[in-house]
Amino acid sequence: MMQHAHYLIVGASHAALSALHAIRLHDAEGDVTLLTRDDSLPYSPTVLPYVVSGRSDPGRVFLRDEGYFSEHKVNYLRGAKVQKLNSGESAVELADGSKIGFDKLLLATGAAPMLPAIPGLAGLKFHVLRTLADAVSLREALPRIKRALVLGGGLIGMHAAENLAKGGVEVSVVEMQPHVLAGYFDAEASGMIEAVFAAKGVRLLLGTSVAAFTPNGEGCRAKLADGTEIDADLLLVATGVAPVTDFLDGSGVETERGVLVDEHMRTNVANIWAAGDVAQARGFYSSERIINGILPDAVDQGRIAGMAMAEDPGTHDYAGGVPLNTYSFFGQHAVSVGVHEGALEASGVEVKKQVDAAHNHYLKIVLKDRRLAGIFGVNAAFDPGIMWELILRGIDLGDEKLAFLRSPQDTARALMSKNWR
Amino acid sequence: MGAAYETIHFKAEACDGCNDCMTACAMAKTQTEEHLHSRIQIVPSGEGFELAICRQCGDPKCVLNCPAAALSKNAGSGVVDWDGSKCVNCLLCTVGCAYGGIAYDSIASHVIKCDMCEGAPACVQACTPGALKHITTARIYNEAGKLEDLFAPGLSGCQGCNTELIMRHALRRIGPDVVVATPPGCIPGMGSVGYNGLTGTKVPVFHPLLTNTASMLAGVRRQYKRAGRDVLAVALAGDGGTADVGFQSLSGAAERGEEILYICVDNEGYMNTGMQRSGCTPYGAWTSTTPVGERAHGKTQDAKNLPLLMVMHNCDFVATASTAFMEDLYDKLDRAIVAAKTGFAYLHIYSPCTTGWRFPSDQNVEVARKAVETNFVLLWEFNPADGLQFTHPVENARPIDEYLEVLGKYRHLDPDQVAHIERSLANNLARIRGFAAAEGTASAEAGRA
Ligand SMILES: Cc1cc2nc3c(=O)[nH]c(=O)nc-3n(C[C@H](O)[C@H](O)[C@H](O)COP(=O)(O)OP(=O)(O)OC[C@H]3O[C@@H](n4cnc5c(N)ncnc54)[C@H](O)[C@@H]3O)c2cc1C
Ligand code: SF4
Ligand code: SF4
Repeated sequence: MMQHAHYLIVGASHAALSALHAIRLHDAEGDVTLLTRDDSLPYSPTVLPYVVSGRSDPGRVFLRDEGYFSEHKVNYLRGAKVQKLNSGESAVELADGSKIGFDKLLLATGAAPMLPAIPGLAGLKFHVLRTLADAVSLREALPRIKRALVLGGGLIGMHAAENLAKGGVEVSVVEMQPHVLAGYFDAEASGMIEAVFAAKGVRLLLGTSVAAFTPNGEGCRAKLADGTEIDADLLLVATGVAPVTDFLDGSGVETERGVLVDEHMRTNVANIWAAGDVAQARGFYSSERIINGILPDAVDQGRIAGMAMAEDPGTHDYAGGVPLNTYSFFGQHAVSVGVHEGALEASGVEVKKQVDAAHNHYLKIVLKDRRLAGIFGVNAAFDPGIMWELILRGIDLGDEKLAFLRSPQDTARALMSKNWR
Repeated sequence: MGAAYETIHFKAEACDGCNDCMTACAMAKTQTEEHLHSRIQIVPSGEGFELAICRQCGDPKCVLNCPAAALSKNAGSGVVDWDGSKCVNCLLCTVGCAYGGIAYDSIASHVIKCDMCEGAPACVQACTPGALKHITTARIYNEAGKLEDLFAPGLSGCQGCNTELIMRHALRRIGPDVVVATPPGCIPGMGSVGYNGLTGTKVPVFHPLLTNTASMLAGVRRQYKRAGRDVLAVALAGDGGTADVGFQSLSGAAERGEEILYICVDNEGYMNTGMQRSGCTPYGAWTSTTPVGERAHGKTQDAKNLPLLMVMHNCDFVATASTAFMEDLYDKLDRAIVAAKTGFAYLHIYSPCTTGWRFPSDQNVEVARKAVETNFVLLWEFNPADGLQFTHPVENARPIDEYLEVLGKYRHLDPDQVAHIERSLANNLARIRGFAAAEGTASAEAGRA
């Protein structure tokens, strides 16, 4: 007989676990099956760079243990890769051919590395970083290599570059954009981050791309657009990720770049929801559907989906994705919450910037109609969670505006303490 | 059932910005006075102060946001624990927390958060103005929650009845070695004595006359004692049966020092039989026998102060209590139970009545709280050795209107009547303060022996 679950959750990372948590808060009994293609207990992709550097023990990064699943009566299936969804029949098919039926399904399959179309790449041995297995194999490679090439200066590439450098490897990063971490930080802040990397011996090649690869022993030789050649013993490709939706072909679930969902994370199919990196949901600044691709949003969306699936009367609408980022590098940190002035209609916008290059300190505040729209810092103290909430609640800073611009952390804490009481 | 946990409460009005809490926290956690290390952060706000501290959330978002499993909710203590050996400093927890409860300490180079100092928060001890309070009410829920409810489920009290709450709490605490007397009133009315040979309790219960509760109970206790059994004798009686009809036998038993725990559940009238006035009905209140019409405007006499009358009997223990202040109520219950093993203990618990006082059934504990915060009800306790003491003094009482306006039974009051009530409350407060100021006398103790 075909297995059946009242709630079936595909994926076992942040969105999935947050949904499971929300389901169990409302429905302690309804049977739940949670499955992942991984062979391990659940873990987060975000912790992987630290597994590479050795800071995190791969045996101690698990987000839940067996006890959690038995205590919460959850059927946890590992090594279970979904290869097809049949929404008409309300069942998924696993890679081994077996089927699991469901009353309600959550797609929380996240994203996977996207490979650029560069001549010669396909024939090479290279690394990516999304799964625990990826991280462990990168770590194992470290002692054998001297030079690494990281393709992509986004969050994943930069995390990896730092941790490879800490592992004693000579690292070069190639990024097409003129600056690293584009989108989260402006040129000035990115420049400060880049300077720290340069000082640590990481070579950053910005505003350029690899035109072609050729194999070079165990490693590779990259030829850049301007003709420069770089030899590396190890290649890490971190040029972006794409939602894992391949198994949805022909299922009738509507996708664009990701799975399209409404304000309760429900897809066009009534008993199927999607959350996290796989979902394409409304943005906070416009109703256009976006992929935010960050961990806190996966947690948020997972919670809403879980509540909706369990029919929790407290289910609320998703407020929309706000770009957010906390980034620590070489003992320093950069935080970005919200949007820069360029993304806003100019009327009513105020920008205050405070830069102390000598101390690698940067702070930028963007207000729109006396409300916070974005705040960005390098080694600046403020609470991102409070700032996020100020944006979501659209709190009018009113008379506190000047105080906020002067000392955002204290003023926001006082506003929080008064407003959330 | 999940556990309840202790919390730290902040009273913004009381904070004077001395920052002693931050110094104490920094000392406790890092042996320095550096405020950056403090897990509690006081921030200026207009004329006053506000704070950022971890709330030890029941459903903590910082935990769900942590990619390294470095944060977890401790099911035993309720504290959200941080494990530095797993933390990778990604700061994602600070994105999840909307309270500034976990923040980056740029000197220590990692995130820090409050850990409740293993149950004795240093900040609270350092706060002299009393703006920080360590709330330990969870203990009641966790401890009493495990005790058996000795009333049957499904008693037919009115919706939102406070009396049912009192009965169930009291008997849970008292435990099964008990005989309960419930004279006519709401308590048997809602089914606690049962019918056809079945009782509404899981312990022996009987239904004395309104007039003889205390004397019958005294006899029961004496008989058990003679048989060598330590069985607590408890009365659960209304204010009518206690203050008026049953007062003669109550007074006699108290004067003789009978070993009884007498709990008076005061809902300010004979509510069970149709809301007639009692000696405990306050001035101005509507009841069916103090109606409101063209000429009549509710009760024209003040309530008698029954607990104070019991003090004048020099009982071993007398106290007033309210379900809005459970820690206080439980402390008094504990002392009353002990006192009733050797003498007369009297506990007077205020019980707002949704039906008879006419207010929404979800407001009971709020009404009880307002009664205390306006000094309409004073919380104190007495024993012959220590005299009378306030247990929850209210310094800046709220205006009495805040209490009167939520109750239908006072809706008709005119300004003169409100003024009368204010005068009565002031007199009452002054009188009780007088008792509180007087020392307990050794002679009173000797008088009992
Ligand atoms: C190296 C790295 C660093 C990062 N750093 C940050 C950061 O600092 N801040 C931040 O906000 N975000 C960061 N992210 C992004 C963050 O990890 C993701 O946003 C987050 O993990 C999304 O969670 P998710 O549950 O939606 O998907 P994922 O975490 O991708 O989980 C997907 C789950 O689905 C399972 N799965 C996928 N396909 C199938 C299938 N066909 N069958 C069965 N199971 C399947 C997987 O095994 C996995 O359990 C980082 C990501 C990486 C890779
Ligand atoms: S750190 Fe913040 S989110 Fe976490 S338990 Fe404390 S208050 Fe809640
Ligand atoms: S900073 Fe540490 S505790 Fe906070 S989310 Fe990251 S790993 Fe977890």
